[in-house]
Amino acid sequence: MLKTRIIPCLDVKDGRVVKGVQFLELRDAGDPVESAKAYDAAGADELCFLDITASHEARGTLLDVVSRTAEACFMPLTVGGGVRSVADVRTLLLAGADKVGINTAAVNNPDLVAEAAEKFGDQCIVVAIDAKRVSAPGETARWEIFTHGGRNPTGLDAVAFARRISERGAGELLVTSMDKDGTRSGYDLALTRAIADAVRVPVIASGGVGGLDDLVAGVRDGGASAVLAASIFHFGQHTVGEAKAHMAAAGLAMRLDP
Amino acid sequence: MRGQTVAIIDYGSGNLHSAVKAFERAAREAGQDDARIRLTDRPEEVAAADRIVLPGVGAYADCRRGLDAVPGMVEALTGAVRRDGRPFLGICVGMQLMASRGLEYEETPGLGWIPGDVAPIAPANPALKVPHMGWNTLIIDQPHPLLDRIATGPDGLHAYFVHSFALKPAEPADMVAHAEYGGPITALVARDNVAGTQFHPEKSQRLGLALIANFLRWRP
Repeated sequence: MLKTRIIPCLDVKDGRVVKGVQFLELRDAGDPVESAKAYDAAGADELCFLDITASHEARGTLLDVVSRTAEACFMPLTVGGGVRSVADVRTLLLAGADKVGINTAAVNNPDLVAEAAEKFGDQCIVVAIDAKRVSAPGETARWEIFTHGGRNPTGLDAVAFARRISERGAGELLVTSMDKDGTRSGYDLALTRAIADAVRVPVIASGGVGGLDDLVAGVRDGGASAVLAASIFHFGQHTVGEAKAHMAAAGLAMRLDP
Repeated sequence: MRGQTVAIIDYGSGNLHSAVKAFERAAREAGQDDARIRLTDRPEEVAAADRIVLPGVGAYADCRRGLDAVPGMVEALTGAVRRDGRPFLGICVGMQLMASRGLEYEETPGLGWIPGDVAPIAPANPALKVPHMGWNTLIIDQPHPLLDRIATGPDGLHAYFVHSFALKPAEPADMVAHAEYGGPITALVARDNVAGTQFHPEKSQRLGLALIANFLRWRP
């Protein structure tokens, strides 16, 4: 039976983890490879690196991080941030990424998603959707896509875009609620559910986790196949093991391999 | 086997470094510290290797083109595996390439070692998502040395899958293990000296390393 995945996400800037990861006994809390090893040992089902490096020159450090992680961790790795071309996708895959996340470029140029899927298979193309609720309270819920780290509105309906881009070759959707991100008040379950019900591909819930019940709700109520979280794990509030035990106790199918 | 050489074929497919590292670690765990794990795009190294691994991440047609683009590689591979009987392991698309043909984006001939087509996954339950992505358990169809001492079944260890297409063997005898996902999904096929996994042993932690160690000891 296929299990629900827990995916810790690390923001990486110029080759270092931003905000740090303060758990376990890391020698260097800012080193993404050390963090990845700790999450590997803790039983994370996948790991996500989000590169928020501003300059193109610093991309080389990301590739080094990806290849050192892939050499040390026998777990799946998704890498996103700044992917603009099929060549970018290939470079990350060759460095050791198993899946590549595409965000702004997927909105500006959906053909890129189709080309990358034809070249590398849809299973390794993750489209990251950042959405914000734009309907007034009481209206039928509607969400709009934002790009460039949430700065630019696009006028695109998030659910319609999700359906379209999955038909073009996105093999998975990482859905982040910009209203919820950083609030620790739980995922936007209505957004997650609306997209999960609209597409055939798996959806990863993201943005807003404050506690373990939020992870359960993301799957049970949001219809997500995987749950992504950052701060609850990075700052030692919960271990991945605790999260899995909690989700299993709530009746979700989890991987509990020793 | 003392000081054996394992050739992992480099034909431009992704994911090669983690495969090499996983084989190196499994070799150590299998007590084969002297095994030489070689990532190679040279047909003569493949022809001379004791064991051969064909990894693969990508779309079927693109991987087949990549393999054909290395002059002499298909001939070296076929000679070593089919004529000389060297143990062979295909991983993901590397496993699918053993089929008669692939149907991803376009019809593409495979190596034809395991008769059958590579076709889209179509779970009976439409609520199940495609790709089949994540950790699943293995159900054994018939015992095989590659699964020795590995806990399988619903309470067994998990393997990592990430694929939208699957090989459906024409001969039930070629199916060693499957995963359950709205019907059986081929997970491990084998015939004589060739075997292949749809899942990624190099990403499957304990199960994966144990399977690779078994492959390094396998005497078909």
